[in-house]
Amino acid sequence: MKNTITKTNQNLTFAQKALKFLQNNSVPLMFVLICIVCIPISGFSASYLLNEVVTRMGRNIFLILCLLIPIIAGMGLNFGMTLGAMAGEIALILVADWQVWGIPGVVLAMILSIPFSLLLGAFCGKILNMSKGREMITSYIISYFINGIYQLVVLYMMGKVIPIKHTSLKLPRGYGIRNTTSLLNMRQCLDNLIDVQIGGVKIPVLTFIIIALLCAFIVWFRKTKLGQDMRAVGQDMQVARDAGINVEKTRIISIVMSTVLAGFGMVIYLQNMGNISTYSSHSQIGMFCIAALLVGGASVDRASIGNVFLGVILFHTMFIVAPSAGAHITGDSMIGEYFRVFVSYGVITLALVMYETKKRKMKSSVGEQLQREQEEGDGKNEN
Amino acid sequence: MTNENAPLLEMRGIKKDFFGNQVLTDINFTLKQGEVLGLCGENGAGKSTLMKILFGMDVIRETGGYDGDILIDGEVVNFRTPFDALEAGIGMVHQEFSLIPGFTAKENILLNREPKRKNVISEVFGDRLNTLDYNVMTGRATSAIEKMGFHIDADMVINDMPVGHKQFTEIARELSKENLKLLILDEPTAVLTEKEAEALLKSIRIMSEKGISVIFITHRLHEILDVCDTVVVMRDGRIAQSSPASETSVEEITRYMVGRQVELGNKRDIRDHSDAETIMSIKRLWVDMSGETVRDVNLDIKKGEILGIGGLAGQGKLGIPNGIMGLCEAGGTVTFEGKEIPLNNPRHCLDASLAFVSEDRRGVGLLLDETLEWNVVFPAMQIQEKFLKKLLGGLIKWRNEREIGAVTQKYIEELKIKCTGSKQKAKELSGGNQQKVCLAKAFALEPKFLFVSEPTRGIDIGAKSLVLDALKKFNRENNVTIVMISSELEELRQICDRIAIVSGGKISGILPADKPSEEFGMLMVSQVK
Repeated sequence: MKNTITKTNQNLTFAQKALKFLQNNSVPLMFVLICIVCIPISGFSASYLLNEVVTRMGRNIFLILCLLIPIIAGMGLNFGMTLGAMAGEIALILVADWQVWGIPGVVLAMILSIPFSLLLGAFCGKILNMSKGREMITSYIISYFINGIYQLVVLYMMGKVIPIKHTSLKLPRGYGIRNTTSLLNMRQCLDNLIDVQIGGVKIPVLTFIIIALLCAFIVWFRKTKLGQDMRAVGQDMQVARDAGINVEKTRIISIVMSTVLAGFGMVIYLQNMGNISTYSSHSQIGMFCIAALLVGGASVDRASIGNVFLGVILFHTMFIVAPSAGAHITGDSMIGEYFRVFVSYGVITLALVMYETKKRKMKSSVGEQLQREQEEGDGKNEN
Repeated sequence: MTNENAPLLEMRGIKKDFFGNQVLTDINFTLKQGEVLGLCGENGAGKSTLMKILFGMDVIRETGGYDGDILIDGEVVNFRTPFDALEAGIGMVHQEFSLIPGFTAKENILLNREPKRKNVISEVFGDRLNTLDYNVMTGRATSAIEKMGFHIDADMVINDMPVGHKQFTEIARELSKENLKLLILDEPTAVLTEKEAEALLKSIRIMSEKGISVIFITHRLHEILDVCDTVVVMRDGRIAQSSPASETSVEEITRYMVGRQVELGNKRDIRDHSDAETIMSIKRLWVDMSGETVRDVNLDIKKGEILGIGGLAGQGKLGIPNGIMGLCEAGGTVTFEGKEIPLNNPRHCLDASLAFVSEDRRGVGLLLDETLEWNVVFPAMQIQEKFLKKLLGGLIKWRNEREIGAVTQKYIEELKIKCTGSKQKAKELSGGNQQKVCLAKAFALEPKFLFVSEPTRGIDIGAKSLVLDALKKFNRENNVTIVMISSELEELRQICDRIAIVSGGKISGILPADKPSEEFGMLMVSQVK
């Protein structure tokens, strides 16, 4: 029966194929359209725009790539990547207090984030194993819960229990970390180590090399036994279990890997920014990364490295041009700011709805097939 | 030491009960190396349970294990998990596909047994980071496919495959296991086209020549005669007949399959309703219910009769009520009392005074966490606004607790529901009593037409006859038309006036209930797909 469905796919006319392409890629196409409309209105020069986009690609892509592994394992969009971001921030605060700056500081922060990420990732994975099929909402709520613990640690324990030497980091009352932690001494050190200017566009070569390495790792990882197991678990847990794959452990490993990579990603992200908004940097990072991935054409159960790159470019182009375009149209620059948040949530909602309707469509296609068979049977009988 | 003369597999006095309900009694048979054994029997005859025991499935251990001995190569074995059975060289192809949909055939064939290559990273982080060796994988998968003797594309993704090829992928997976000695095929031809089924029979012969023993479970009896050396027919948890395939025939097997003595000594009361008006007319019905697909069913149901719908599992008999009542997607036309009922909308069916007792009593049938009272009156209250007091001219509707209690009490007595009182929670009752609550719920609706699906599944003999008697009484006293769907032919023959048999998603025939069971048996297997 499935065979006949695929066969009919091959016989589609060009118009039908085009329609199918539109349906399958509606989200990226919509954003391409928005960008095309907004870019001229915003009045930015090409080199400015390119510079901004390249900077943001270096800043964000690593973070977004960490979302791919849980998708392979069928656990959907990992809102729990926020946990890794928090681990990265705690590591950076400590490194800042120890006054280890520059590249050594970045490397030390990454290493230091690993134990926190492992712990949080394993916790998150354990809980997600108890709530199979509802991973996304669960990981979303877990990120709020851990945010509470993060605040407890950073706001009350740092300076009291955890020694923090430098008063410039602490709140005036003597404990707790200030709203903004300055990372001025490691600002863009990774990006600037090897930088190349091409036509006035600054390219952070080292950051891109790191990203390329991660991409290569992901491609290679899919071919490992663990990667194969994750794909199997992601598609059918029961079958994987019957074949002797340890489903629970595999799922936990995928979340732990994602969390650790998110920790690294956050360090890269913050060294580019040059400061940490101690209590809010991580809070929306998961949301924006997921939105960017979805804008790139990914769905809940399928995402590729290509989706990540396309998504980052489109999403951030829109981010850059929308406020300015909004200001030009309405005379109010706030409208663009509002637009950013609105679009992020909107895209996620849209992607989730589309995922569900697609599943439902698949189901009703079986019914249509039955009816068609019945009608075909009639034709034969009449002959 | 393995004994050279011992048969590959011997079952000695296997017994199994599920909570006192005896499902297997004294099963004995042997299987030699390279022998093909055909196993047949009606649903519920115990075939699957026997295979589950052999395969060491968890459900057997969880329900208290089994009695008797299984011997492999002359030694007693006791498999604690399916993996132990695999280790011992037993492979099984289940009725449901156990394949990863997005993987290619070769990835599925070698699932979790992939050949691997070491690398630097795996030396540090452990074996799971070994990379897969795709060349060796292709080689092994191809040799398993060759062994099977039916060509499938090793690089084709399962989702794009025709159903038959999926089945062959599963078989190739078992064959790719080096130590395979015994292959169990549970209704492998159910999803195959005629040509594919022939190819499968051929590959069974090839396997047998290579020394692999096969247990072949099927409802297509001529296949058994074609390919098997021995035929074992099971009935009611016993072996009814065991003989070489060359000495038996389809008719004989059918007789042993269904021909049991009627234990429940109820006097049959069959009425002819052919003159009565048609209360429901089903035309060109198709239903998409997973595992119970219905294709192009046409059926007229007469007012006041009890119509049975029988057939083997997976042939579509359950799809008919679930489709008409709007629980599964359906198409076609259903006319009830001259008016067409829109499909895919349960409310319209209920408004038209149709009721349905679902086979899925815990999922669809009952509010498990609520009291018996609520369970009995809930649909009547929701749909017909019974048991409600209207205040302020109907603006506020209040539950009439006294009436609810009284009616529940009435049904508890009438159906002999064993409970502590009408306020007990439904989930605390036993299966049989839960079934009675489901019936009470349908009766409280006072329908004109009642679908009852598998009313006696999983309940003991005493409860069974009570449920059947209650249905018969409800029909005869209130002149309610009943359509009863059941896998147990004898039960249908006991209370129905006419019985329709579904085979391959279609009605293969309708006979009066007093026809001999062999005739029904032949209808059951007539169009099995």
